[in-house]
Amino acid sequence: MTAPLLSIENLTRDYALRGRGGATRTLRAVDDVSLAVEAGSVFAVVGESGCGKSTLARIVMALDRPTSGTVRLGGDDLFALSPTALARKRRDFQMVFQDPYGSLNPRHSVGRIVAEPLCLLDDAPRGRDRQALIARALEEVGLPGSAAARYPHEFSGGQRQRIAIARALITRPKLVVADEAVSALDLSIQAQILRLILGLRDRHGLTVLFITHNLGVVDEIADRVGVMQAGRLVETGTVREVLDHPREDYTRKLLAAEPTLAVLAQRERRAWRAGPLASCD
Amino acid sequence: MLAIRNLSIAFPGAAGPVRVVDDVSVEVGRGESLGIVGESGSGKSMLSLAAIGLLPRTARTSGEILLEGQDILRMGERALCGLRGRRIGMIFQEPMTALNPAMTAGQQIAEGIRLHRRVGRAEARAEALRLLDRVRIPDPARRIDSYPHEMSGGQRQRVGIAIALALEPDLLIADEPTTALDVTVQKEILDILDELVADLGLSLILISHDLGVIARSTDRTLVLCRGRAVEQGATAAVLRHPTAQYTRDLIAALPRRARAGLGEGPPLAAGGGAR
Repeated sequence: MTAPLLSIENLTRDYALRGRGGATRTLRAVDDVSLAVEAGSVFAVVGESGCGKSTLARIVMALDRPTSGTVRLGGDDLFALSPTALARKRRDFQMVFQDPYGSLNPRHSVGRIVAEPLCLLDDAPRGRDRQALIARALEEVGLPGSAAARYPHEFSGGQRQRIAIARALITRPKLVVADEAVSALDLSIQAQILRLILGLRDRHGLTVLFITHNLGVVDEIADRVGVMQAGRLVETGTVREVLDHPREDYTRKLLAAEPTLAVLAQRERRAWRAGPLASCD
Repeated sequence: MLAIRNLSIAFPGAAGPVRVVDDVSVEVGRGESLGIVGESGSGKSMLSLAAIGLLPRTARTSGEILLEGQDILRMGERALCGLRGRRIGMIFQEPMTALNPAMTAGQQIAEGIRLHRRVGRAEARAEALRLLDRVRIPDPARRIDSYPHEMSGGQRQRVGIAIALALEPDLLIADEPTTALDVTVQKEILDILDELVADLGLSLILISHDLGVIARSTDRTLVLCRGRAVEQGATAAVLRHPTAQYTRDLIAALPRRARAGLGEGPPLAAGGGAR
């Protein structure tokens, strides 16, 4: 087995909350989380609001610091790096956000948006090469290269999420962190974006940390999954293990609450059972 | 209970009127739940706003919306005020924005009661408490004096339902009532709506983009696509044996897990479309 690309060990993040009268208490948003993600795989973190999954994503992106614990990417401990070294390292990990409307600057052209992470590169191409790189990045996510000259408002939600993915991929990162990246999209568009992400993983050996609240999406995209509850990773395993044979009560509760079309058969059975009884009155 | 006949809704646009709802006819009976499903821009929210006389002023309508024979589209503002809340209750998607942040849960529930009925403050408060209990808010005696920001999303939506129930309407319209909520909370809220239909005999129009939600909580379903009714019928029939290609595409776009257990019906792969 190769060493994991991303390895998180005993990660904890406390926030101090100021209450009434200056009293402070501590909120443990992430509580002793450890996980490892193999290169070229998709690891999903699933949980409900407030479980700490977005805090975890922000720390992996080095947008926030852990209270204790380590995050290693390709062997480097992100929080032991000097600021300069961390800045240089950022080309290796990029993020796709939930809201395709809020995450793209409406006053910048799509080309400028997609090219933004190139500032992390010392050897970023200029001039014609840069334009060609932007066009290729857009084509890779299924948009025409000519989209570079247009502005975000000219695109639908699904197209904007493609733009956000093109931006995340332009530095050829090893890891992409996607935080609820398909949650704001209509189902048909959601399916297209999931297929796009899987295609990119297959073509480029991309590693993805996929944060979501949706078990249906986990099933579609992930190789492994971790279930988070109140800051803790309560269950981790392959998608088949966790979704088909959950060990934790909380995982079972999540699975049972998920609305699926299987409910049609249950409703019919219930109506059938109720039928003969009702006629006895 | 409510009959929508040949309803069209259009807005003035730069290049002539834009039709957001196009010749839609649908009915919901007493004690029946109707699901309206469609993707963003399908016109499902406009349809529900029209049913409660809340369309933006610039909207142009044709057709009719009959509530026990009376056409809502031709009612004056006064008549509409008598109808909103009392005959038709509305539950919105975002309980944080739908509630008044400066009023407690109890005040907001009692406000409607006292506007429409001649009851004292104490009596309205007692009624509000009863309603909070009905929507199974934990610790209602304490929650009645809570402000929206002190409550979770699920609790806020329970307050939203209590407000809608305060005037004992015959019809509830719920526009994506659980979209902003966690799945476990969503289940609890849908359980309450199911109960209201089953126990109180309310009619329910449930608008959702989620076929799983439609499948569990509605008797009949209307599928909207760009303002047009592409299909309607018994929910089980529409989902098991969709006749419109658009419905098949919607089902095919569901994650495998959500589709699993659909039972009989056409092979989904044959639906083609988005997947």
